[in-house]
Amino acid sequence: MMRADLKLIYDWVPQGARVLDLGCGDGTLLQALGRDKEVIGYGLEIDPDGITACIGKGVSVIEQNLDEGLTNFEDNAYDLVIMTQALQALRRPDRMLDEMLRVANECIITFPNFAYWRHRVYLGFKGYMPVSKSLPHAWYDTPNIHLSTFNDFERLCVDKGLIISDRAVGNGDHEGNWTTRLWPNLFGETAIFRVSRGKPAVD
Amino acid sequence: MPDTLPADSIGLVTPQQAHFDEPLALACGKTLPAYDLVYETYGTLNVERSNAILICHALSGHHHAAGYHSMDERKPGWWDAHIGPGKTIDTNRFFVVSLNNLGGCHGTTGPCSANPETGRQWGPDFPVMTVGDWVNSQARLADRLGIQRFAAVVGGSLGGMQVLQWSLAYPERIANAVVIAATPRLSAQNIAFNEVARQAIRSDPDFHDGWYAEHGTMPKRGLKLARMVGHITYLSEHSMGAKFGRDLRSDELNFGYDVEFQVESYLRYQGDMFSTAFDANTYLLMTKALDYFDPAASHGGDLAAALASASCPFLVVSFSTDWRFAPERSRELVDALVRAGKPVSYAEIDSQHGHDAFLLPDTRYQAVFGGFMNRVAHDIARAEEK
Repeated sequence: MMRADLKLIYDWVPQGARVLDLGCGDGTLLQALGRDKEVIGYGLEIDPDGITACIGKGVSVIEQNLDEGLTNFEDNAYDLVIMTQALQALRRPDRMLDEMLRVANECIITFPNFAYWRHRVYLGFKGYMPVSKSLPHAWYDTPNIHLSTFNDFERLCVDKGLIISDRAVGNGDHEGNWTTRLWPNLFGETAIFRVSRGKPAVD
Repeated sequence: MPDTLPADSIGLVTPQQAHFDEPLALACGKTLPAYDLVYETYGTLNVERSNAILICHALSGHHHAAGYHSMDERKPGWWDAHIGPGKTIDTNRFFVVSLNNLGGCHGTTGPCSANPETGRQWGPDFPVMTVGDWVNSQARLADRLGIQRFAAVVGGSLGGMQVLQWSLAYPERIANAVVIAATPRLSAQNIAFNEVARQAIRSDPDFHDGWYAEHGTMPKRGLKLARMVGHITYLSEHSMGAKFGRDLRSDELNFGYDVEFQVESYLRYQGDMFSTAFDANTYLLMTKALDYFDPAASHGGDLAAALASASCPFLVVSFSTDWRFAPERSRELVDALVRAGKPVSYAEIDSQHGHDAFLLPDTRYQAVFGGFMNRVAHDIARAEEK
């Protein structure tokens, strides 16, 4: 059973696409895409268990730290770059967005929405840093060093002149109604953006 | 010597020999008119002949990769940690072939063999072999064993270069490639170390331009020095430090040049052992094969272009403290495979053991390598069902 946010991304990926999956975890998404949609590409991961799981599935996985960039991938070498739940853990999410849209014309990004109402309750009423299913860590040991909101990310895309071709949010354990468009910044626990370059790609 | 063989050992194994009369054309322009290859096999070839794994050995390796030749043998084969029933390369599922390469000194035709044209030992006249020549001879051994396609070709260090060459020269005969602690070409520093080793051997007065056998001598001092230098590059600074530190053999300094530090004692011992067990001409030849390997050279230095003919999935593994063939060298290969659009997985294993780590057991190494081999076994089983 695929995680709900992965299922949505799965549906968005076109047949036969060349894909990079940044922070691919155990390779579930790439395996399904390869099997059902003839998608080819690579997963990038630094977690040893994730890498082992990918290799066991026959998913091509490369041990690589995303903070070191994507310099080993050529411009426009891929149709799509996917990054699920990793943006907020990067040193410079804005630069990663540039890198993703250098190697592909389109990317799909998911991240925990810091403005989700439960997070607001934590911070606004209780006065503590939010802890939830999507943000399970304490403030002192969290890998999530660049948390943002649905609105923040939208503004970054606008500032960069990028085209947001689709957006969605998910609630509670990623199993909510993904088509919710009402107040996503408040009710969406996980944000999903499909973004492409503002200008046509120059090959 | 084990009193009883460990349960996960392949057990007692016997080397076999295959003779080839068909001349082998070599990269150097010469032709080897006839030759013998010594090899061992572990496990059983299935009816479809689809479960064969080829093991390619490194600089000082040979055909004896797993198991014991007799109950009196002190140590098992050089890769026994990873080959055997239930091990990374599971002999319950695979038919493993391991040979001694041409030019070797463990039974395969090499400098110690007789030159049929002169009746003398080949000695220094034995042609300089390349990785490509070895792979061509390995393909003939596969023909002899009735193996059209290997389920995987596997090797570490110089063995990894042979795996890479297999994927380029015989893409239709290799289903998977496992390249461990290797490099697509030597760096200047690597070549420099090899040259020091060669000079140590060649400057030994007992070397006699390679005709030492006819002089009834052996260039032991040269070979010992070569091995000592090599051995330093196989270990990491940390592993040497952990093993020996600055420990002295006696309690105080003796202000002389005899062995004082434990690390000196260890290196001398390793060198001495090697110098009586290995052939100097073989050592020279093997280091040349290392130096020459560079598949990108014929493609204007573009490794990705050189890899265009490869078609199988690759597993590339490096070790964090390996400075002989550092993780960066493996990344060079991985990046080129990615640029060429080839399926490849890459893992850098955290290890304190330097280059030698590829020979040793390690939890994560075994999980990655074993996971890949497990997938290979599943693919074979699925193909059988069809």
